[in-house]
Amino acid sequence: MPRRNDLKRILIVGSGPIIIGQACEFDYSGAQACKALKADGFEVILINSNPATIMTDPELADRTYIEPLSVEFAAEVIRKERPDALLSTVGGQTGLNLSVALAEAGILDKYGVELIGAKIDAIKKAEDRLLFKDAMRKIGLALPQSQLIKSVDKGVEFTNKIGYPCILRPSFTMGGTGGGIAYNREELEDILERGLDLSPVHEVLMEESVLGWKEYEMEVMRDLADNAIIVCSIENFDPMGVHTGDSITVAPAQTLTDREYQMMRDASLACLREIGVDTGGSNVQFAINPKDGRMVIVEMNPRVSRSSALASKATGFPIAKIAAKLAVGYRLDEIRNDITRLTPACFEPTIDYVVVKIPRWQFEKFPGAEPVLNTQMKSVGEVMAIGRTFKQALGKGMRSLETGRASGSTILDPDLIQARLITPNPDRLPYIRFAYERGYSIETVHELTSIDPWFLGQVKEQVDYEIEMSAKTLDSVTKDELRKAKRDGISDSRLARGWNVDPLDVRAKRKEMGLAAVFNRVDTCAAEFESFTPYMYSSYESECEANPTDRKKVMILGSGPNRIGQGIEFDYCCCHASFALQEFGVESIMVNCNPETVSTDYDTSDRLYFEPLTLEEVLNIYDTEKPDGVIVQFGGQTPLTLALPLKAAGVPIIGTDPENIDLAEDRKRFGALLDELKIPSPANGTATSVGTACSVARALGFPVLLRPSYVLGGRAMVIAYDEEMVRRYMQEAVIFSQERPVLIDRFLEDATEVDVDALCDTDGNVLISGIMEHIEEAGVHSGDSSCVLPSTSLSQEVLSTIKDYTKKLARALNVIGLMNAQYAIKGSTVYVLEVNPRASRTVPYVSKATGVALPKIAVGLMLGKKLTEFMTAEQLEIGVLPVSKFFVKSPVFPFNKFPGVDPSLGPEMRSTGEVMGVGENFGEAFAKAQLGAGTPVPDQGTVFISVNDRDKPVAVELAKRFHELGLKLTATRGTATLIEAAGVPCKRIFKVNEGRPNAVDLLKAGNLQLIIYTSTSGAHSFSDEKTIRRSAVLYRVPCITTISGAKAAVEAIASRRRDPIRVWSLQEIHAAAQTAAK
Amino acid sequence: MKKAFLALEDGTIFEGTGFGAPVERSGEVVFNTSMTGYQEIFTDPSYAGQIVVLTYPQIGNYGASEADNESSKPFIEGLIVREFSPAPSSWRSDESADEFLRRNGIPGAAAIDTRGLVRKLRSQGVMRGVLHVGDADPAQLVEKARAIPSMAGLDLATGVSTKSIYEWSEAVSRCSPSEVMREKTETQPHRVVAFDYGIKRNILRRLAHVGCHVTVVPAGTSAEDVLALKPDGVFLSNGPGDPEPLEYQAAQIRKLVGKTPIFGICLGQQVLGLAFGGKTYKLKFGHRGGNHPVLNQLTNKVEITAQNHGFCVDPDSLRSSDIELTHINLNDQTLEGFRHRNYSVFSVQYHPEAAPGPHDSQYLFDDFVKRIEDAKAGAK
Repeated sequence: MPRRNDLKRILIVGSGPIIIGQACEFDYSGAQACKALKADGFEVILINSNPATIMTDPELADRTYIEPLSVEFAAEVIRKERPDALLSTVGGQTGLNLSVALAEAGILDKYGVELIGAKIDAIKKAEDRLLFKDAMRKIGLALPQSQLIKSVDKGVEFTNKIGYPCILRPSFTMGGTGGGIAYNREELEDILERGLDLSPVHEVLMEESVLGWKEYEMEVMRDLADNAIIVCSIENFDPMGVHTGDSITVAPAQTLTDREYQMMRDASLACLREIGVDTGGSNVQFAINPKDGRMVIVEMNPRVSRSSALASKATGFPIAKIAAKLAVGYRLDEIRNDITRLTPACFEPTIDYVVVKIPRWQFEKFPGAEPVLNTQMKSVGEVMAIGRTFKQALGKGMRSLETGRASGSTILDPDLIQARLITPNPDRLPYIRFAYERGYSIETVHELTSIDPWFLGQVKEQVDYEIEMSAKTLDSVTKDELRKAKRDGISDSRLARGWNVDPLDVRAKRKEMGLAAVFNRVDTCAAEFESFTPYMYSSYESECEANPTDRKKVMILGSGPNRIGQGIEFDYCCCHASFALQEFGVESIMVNCNPETVSTDYDTSDRLYFEPLTLEEVLNIYDTEKPDGVIVQFGGQTPLTLALPLKAAGVPIIGTDPENIDLAEDRKRFGALLDELKIPSPANGTATSVGTACSVARALGFPVLLRPSYVLGGRAMVIAYDEEMVRRYMQEAVIFSQERPVLIDRFLEDATEVDVDALCDTDGNVLISGIMEHIEEAGVHSGDSSCVLPSTSLSQEVLSTIKDYTKKLARALNVIGLMNAQYAIKGSTVYVLEVNPRASRTVPYVSKATGVALPKIAVGLMLGKKLTEFMTAEQLEIGVLPVSKFFVKSPVFPFNKFPGVDPSLGPEMRSTGEVMGVGENFGEAFAKAQLGAGTPVPDQGTVFISVNDRDKPVAVELAKRFHELGLKLTATRGTATLIEAAGVPCKRIFKVNEGRPNAVDLLKAGNLQLIIYTSTSGAHSFSDEKTIRRSAVLYRVPCITTISGAKAAVEAIASRRRDPIRVWSLQEIHAAAQTAAK
Repeated sequence: MKKAFLALEDGTIFEGTGFGAPVERSGEVVFNTSMTGYQEIFTDPSYAGQIVVLTYPQIGNYGASEADNESSKPFIEGLIVREFSPAPSSWRSDESADEFLRRNGIPGAAAIDTRGLVRKLRSQGVMRGVLHVGDADPAQLVEKARAIPSMAGLDLATGVSTKSIYEWSEAVSRCSPSEVMREKTETQPHRVVAFDYGIKRNILRRLAHVGCHVTVVPAGTSAEDVLALKPDGVFLSNGPGDPEPLEYQAAQIRKLVGKTPIFGICLGQQVLGLAFGGKTYKLKFGHRGGNHPVLNQLTNKVEITAQNHGFCVDPDSLRSSDIELTHINLNDQTLEGFRHRNYSVFSVQYHPEAAPGPHDSQYLFDDFVKRIEDAKAGAK
């Protein structure tokens, strides 16, 4: 069954913004699908609201629509483009849900679009718990006892049958949103209520607990001819009870005999066949009772998933790419294995190494959220490590996490061991290790954790050997001992700490002993066939397979695990850097440890090293490859922290000198530079003690902005309104930055913030690529603020000042490549807030809006090319890249995963992803962005307004506009009086602490469609406000916490009532702009 | 921790740590790429005369259990792994893999760069080697390795075969209450005579499962003696060594063709090939693993198969009009199965009984029974 020639145009649905449970693994799968289908001659139409992805690059599809993933906008794309088919399975749950919605709304039938990948019936059978259960029963597979529950009462009744604890899973939600484990009636009612609400069909599956059972996943592929294969098995280190996205997982399965493995394989294939997944990849999850081998099937996903991305990286078998090919008719045996070239893709990869995935959490960003893991996924990213043994992979994985804490240096409390082992939490592995250090036995740890004794034994062997090694010295250690330590995954830093020497001393000793890291290949076949793809991991084996070339080459350091503030945007930059290098005829070498990304696709770069981004590992690669240059400016903070040590080790860093990157971060030196350039910045100072901090703050005048040096994403950044806050902050923040001072700035209230991205070449020519005006005022972290291109309110004078300052700064810092600067405009004064001579989070957004791939030019500049080679003299004369429409970027927040956390915005970044909206006017673009972000502005209904005194005049103006637009208003006494005084009818309600009805009651009853709630005092939020904002998150009502955001919302509502549903592909936007320019 | 050495005939020495029995053994060094099922590999008689390198680096994780034995004892000469787990973790385990090997006198070496070793075997072909657990002079071990006989031309099947006839009726049992498996066929059993060239128990169990009562006979049994048992079908088993010396066996099979349905697996296929005048040849490094794609040309479907063979039937030597090639390996296009156009005779080079390996090809046992039933029906 070869390629289907009846299909010409295929619509691919992406997964939208990065959220917890659905991250850049779908950029990887989506990009692969686009590439595979385009390469095969299909016309690819793409819809995805996320501008930060590689997938939405104009080169990847023939028509790229960065539009909201809603039925109405997708329908418009379909109406306009008339695709023959829709590939539903590479855009995560979002893509699948939208595909189903389009089918159910009759859109697909209306326009004759065939659903390929998974058919509606199969999707429903897999997703609907009852249908799934019936299907599995039919083929003899057991599920945990369960029942679909539609009310809290019924749930309580069902516990009579299954007892506590019980598992709750809301139907049709992503990443287990709203799920949980209830140990008692109180918890049950709590979780059930939330789950029923979050489920679009108001259903929760209640399930018998299989807590403590071993958990497995199988990645399965099937073609139209019913050839089916297992790509990879995965065993969870954490047993059942922890969401698989929050579990440490291991590939392949470690503790299954062949009989059990084949039983699971048979069950997986039977499941796929029964569900009716004709083509593509699916993921099937199982639990096995460790006592008697009883196996239950937990769930299946009829699409590519987070695990399939992991499995692809773990085996070298590109599931999404092959799934796309199967969807258009190919058979598995008609597709070639890219790595071995000679053998077909119809086989089961076998691996001769062990892969460990470890999730990355950020509970510290959500004060009030309990750092406990359960069936609702909470991690924001993950790392993968490849080692020849489990121990080696685990060691690498732990240091890939970049928790800022080296292994063994974490502060652990002996009194908490039991608690931290019993209840799954982000620190469980460190605590297991700690428990061993303190003499715990494997048996005891197993009793407390239920983790399989095999894993626990491996961890113990590693810990024991670390202890044994600590008893040696750098001089006394033998080569055999040191080799064993390295083969067991113990880092140079860990050894150095035990011996009280510098990690580089250990490295020197190793090299002196002839113990250098070598590199093995990921080849899908355990070396049975030759590998043609340089996809490598380090080990301490006997031979090196790296086989470096003698070409001119550049190594790119990636950005490691996704974190809030350092996410897919940097992977976008790294991938583009790689593409650009290849285009310029330079070999590209990628180093990264994030399995979700496009950068770790073996297809992206000439050579891929799947390694932790630590000095040790990067130097090992450097020793082997000897690249002509290393790029550190694209991967966010991760490679930047390595820049100076790498430079000191003699590694040639290309682009902006690390010293200058450092200078921009150094408050004193940078302040001096600004003085010299006569560029104003908010008054500021630094402090390394509580006392100085208070006095500096007093001298500057409140409010002040406090932050540690060298952080991304506004980690631990606060605005302090009084001395007490400064004191409290200093006591907490010092933990995060012992040697580095705390930075204190005068905070400019009500200023407009602006982000600028620019390019600069070695001659000091500067091109400003985008001047983005933030919609939220200064004080809200730039990553959490919506912003717009072009700016809508800045005067020509301010804009030219910004241009002028940016050029001066770029030249003064000798920037080569990209630079980002943030300004605050208060009145007509432009203040510099910060300058980062590196790629910023906004680079992909600006690239998509302007149609110019900024990282590509930046790489050219780093290689010594000039801006004139990329831009016309006229463009350089203008100095700023033009945009031909309005492009709004809006953030997406994970507050629904952290009940109890106040969702108000501040200087600490908390958004996980972003969307872009395109419009002919600002309102249209903003409305689309808000819709894409999942917080659509209403076009009718009631607006609740509660604002502080400062905002009241504006609020009254806004109320008038809302009224004109046909919305109803409601407010508490003070605000209501003012609104009524302006002649606008307004319903009065009580404050939450006054009585009822109050805003929360209206929210619950579904009588509020929009909330505008600015803080009454900047100093701290009253519980009243928090309650309303939290309730808004719970009931999914958009809640705007700044007055400038409210202004934007009015524009958006006006657009919704005025503008038709219309969509533009990037290709047509940029083609039109080019024509216009000519 | 004891030292262990693996010395290859080309002079390469791998040093690691010893486990299992502290002895020295020699043989042909081969590698297997299965990620599960080490115990089945240890006890597969087809590995007689071979030191096995497992490419999967973590071995011993789930211990050993009586239920997973493919014969009465391990047949491998020695075991080479990257990492060996002393403490097993499995509800199915009776003892540790280390105890199992030690009890059976099999030496093992761990901490070996098995990937490097496999790359060598892949590029240079399988080699003779000596595995020594304990202190040794590596140079001497290399000399010993060079002195051992090559696998080519060796009849090992006769050596591992049963010495006396026995009966088998035990079917496959569930490994856990949750295993979905078709029930054993409970009709009047078919009488199958199986030539034991080194038969795996799961072949016997599979035959029993589909309704066969099996009489296992020694490799040197004559066609006349087999026919005297009045078989409904004859089965030719897997086994170790070079098929070429098995001229006597091939001659017996020639006499059985047309008299009763015949089904061969692995060495069974090779002997069958010889019986039809075909030739066999030695593969550079063999096929050993559980992931080989085989295209069934009759159904045009791909099966993922378990394989364990160092020799293969040359398809060109079988290009008579009587023989139809039915199965092809998609990795290297080697012959994986054929059947006779006129007589009820068919065979596969791979292992449909799995153990270890995927269950995709179990239909072949049904096909065998179908042929038996057809033959019986035809005889009536």
